Amino acid sequence: MDVEDIEIQLFVRAMQLRHGYDFSDYAPASLKRRIQQLVRTHDAGTISGLTTRLLHDQDFLRKAVEGLSVPVSEMFRDPPVFRALRDKVFPVLASYAEINIWQAGCAHGQEVYSLAIMLEEAGLYDRTRIYATDFNDAALAAAAEGIYATRDARDWSRNYLEAGGKHSFSDYYSARYEFIKLDRRLRRHVTFINHNLVTDKVFCEAHLILCRNVLIYFSNALQDRTLGLFRDSLVRGGFLCLGTRENIDFSPAAAGFTDIDQAMRIYQAGGSGARPLAR
Amino acid sequence: MSTHDAVVMGCSAGGLSALQRVLPGLDRHLAVPVVLCCHTGSADVSLLVELLARVCPLPVTEAQERAPADPGVVHVAPSGYHLLVEDNFRFSLSVDARVAYARPSIDVLFETAAEAWRERLVAVLMTGANSDGANGIAAVRRAGGYAVVQEPATAEADVMPRAALELAGADACLTLDAIAAKINELCLP
Repeated sequence: MDVEDIEIQLFVRAMQLRHGYDFSDYAPASLKRRIQQLVRTHDAGTISGLTTRLLHDQDFLRKAVEGLSVPVSEMFRDPPVFRALRDKVFPVLASYAEINIWQAGCAHGQEVYSLAIMLEEAGLYDRTRIYATDFNDAALAAAAEGIYATRDARDWSRNYLEAGGKHSFSDYYSARYEFIKLDRRLRRHVTFINHNLVTDKVFCEAHLILCRNVLIYFSNALQDRTLGLFRDSLVRGGFLCLGTRENIDFSPAAAGFTDIDQAMRIYQAGGSGARPLAR
Repeated sequence: MSTHDAVVMGCSAGGLSALQRVLPGLDRHLAVPVVLCCHTGSADVSLLVELLARVCPLPVTEAQERAPADPGVVHVAPSGYHLLVEDNFRFSLSVDARVAYARPSIDVLFETAAEAWRERLVAVLMTGANSDGANGIAAVRRAGGYAVVQEPATAEADVMPRAALELAGADACLTLDAIAAKINELCLP
């Protein structure tokens, strides 16, 4: 066995035994790259060097968790997805007196606020509660702040309009120097909570779960288990939205979902069980 | 007997016309996966897939996460994601930060493919106006794979092939018209 692969296993085991974070069922190629990146960022020399710091340096865990999570996102990423949510999902959500949405893996919150804006414009936001979760506390704190770089705002304005936004994206933030700060009002129905999809259980009864580009980092087994968790967290007929390039054809649990919009990866809980399993 | 089990290709500026020159020369009996990372700047690669399918004797399709790198198929990296090859020769995707300003990154594809296929991999780097792919070519050569770099003087944009040659050298430095024949030679059964 390759020395580096041994080091990775030991690092992952240390994360688990010392701190309770379980990365053992992550897709190996990306995990390896992130761990190698952590070595460079923290000048640890080797992965074993990282493991030593993880075991003996109290403050290092936070840095390791930040390095191993993916806080990369943008507002209204894949605008057609938001249009599809508005056209196909919101009309159903409108039939509920109270709407629970779970944003699983919210990273820096761009998607949470995108959703809040769409719900506001659809007149649904005041009966909605969004539970935004992530296992990375630093990302959750940044998400709650809602402060982003001004240079991103131009792309996001374009995304917002393509997503079918009714006003101007700039109505929702104030700009100061190189930063924009999103309107605090967008936060009024959002609860940010630490939740780890790998180790934590169902915690709400949701009408819609958004989890885009999170499961791509999971092995087939972990993807399947998480889809099962989503199925158990959704009301009957509740919706699930994944990233537009995600593939659930290898997951037995996917039989619990029906396609609503295959291209946009929007599904509804309560399947016929007819989905064929890929090999 | 083929000496290699897979081909990865990378290009950027000028990449479409380069691919339209190279792919028609691939032998239709080629029974290895071909995996392609081309920076297009557009939101999806369906148009690129369609244009390449018209000229390529092998089927061309967008790479699907979790699916195997099928032999005899050209798999194109989707826009906006890094495409990685796992040790079981299946694809995975990531939205991690851009590498050398690019996502998909040629380096990410080449480096992970080199770990999966090791000395049985052929990597081809062609025209491009940035240095993505140079680290990837280095990784492929370290693993004992075969690296082809387009002759820079013949590249529409020579920064990419030049950067790779400077960093890692190559096993063959070829014009576009010679690349397909080299792939066939290394990979035909």
